[in-house]
Amino acid sequence: MSTVTCPECDAQVTLEAGAEVGEIIVCSDCGVDLEITALDPAVVQLAPMEQEDWGE
Amino acid sequence: MQRRLKIGVLCSRVRVEEKWIFASLEKRGIDFDRLDDRVINFDLDDPMPWKQYDAVLERSISYTNGLYALRILNAFGVPTVNTAVVAEACGDKLTTSTLLMKAELPQPRNLVAFTPESALDALEKLGYPAVVKPVVGSWGRLLAKINDRDAAEAIFEHKATLGSTQHQVFYIQEYIEKPGRDIRAVVIDGRVLTAMYRTSPHWITNTARGGAGELCPVTPEIEGLCLKAAQAVGGGVLAVDLIEHPQRGFLVNEVNHTMEFHTLQPLSGIDIASEIVDYVVNTVKEKV
Repeated sequence: MSTVTCPECDAQVTLEAGAEVGEIIVCSDCGVDLEITALDPAVVQLAPMEQEDWGE
Repeated sequence: MQRRLKIGVLCSRVRVEEKWIFASLEKRGIDFDRLDDRVINFDLDDPMPWKQYDAVLERSISYTNGLYALRILNAFGVPTVNTAVVAEACGDKLTTSTLLMKAELPQPRNLVAFTPESALDALEKLGYPAVVKPVVGSWGRLLAKINDRDAAEAIFEHKATLGSTQHQVFYIQEYIEKPGRDIRAVVIDGRVLTAMYRTSPHWITNTARGGAGELCPVTPEIEGLCLKAAQAVGGGVLAVDLIEHPQRGFLVNEVNHTMEFHTLQPLSGIDIASEIVDYVVNTVKEKV
């Protein structure tokens, strides 16, 4: 399991086994959505805001 | 020696549904590429990079990105699930309504206008309460239940300031006193796999808005209507949403072409992700 630093609040966030690039995780400290952008090593960034044409 | 199958999966944000689909592809040993719609670009004069795919499964979270990518891929002759024609039929609620109307399928009464003034006239004709929906959008976003003329005037004024010309298409639907739930059914390749009630005390029952899932028996009536609705939009991998009208029975509310099934797959015990992969594999040899 990898640990990353939340870019919003600096908390340590642990990625679960089976995490995928492009997956959204939530920082347990500040609640912000983070997108996993790399796995080896693990990198996250603030997830893009929801757009009007998203979802089903 | 037969060439190994290669599939592209067009996506951006990876939801649990995409993870299940990737796992199913890996389990079958199918070679696939993830195609992030935020990273790829197309040269319309050069289809070769895309011709390597026997089929592309479109799972983009963005309707717009997915639709335009499908149009290009279909023009290149790359089979896709679903096709651009189906995506357009489902992604725009008004287009879906016209196709359901053409197929003479039961649906809520819909009125359409292109200015706030004519939309007010339409609402006066329909009566209150009524529901105004953006023609493109999901997860219950920007739906408005309008209880009286004052609310209508306010909503239409706000829509006028939203910028996008799509918000100037006023898609107005009768409000239906449904029994605190609607129905979502998964239809793949002319089969209704499973269905669930989406229950909520709120009039918006979408699970993305907190609606809870409960298995719904697929009765012959539900099955027949869902199959006809899927056929009306062109078929493929689809989710049909039904509303139960207290007098008129089941009405088709919408049809979804890149459906989410994070609630329905565990609830039903049906491996919907693998059913989708099967359909993609079966589509490979078909012409676009």
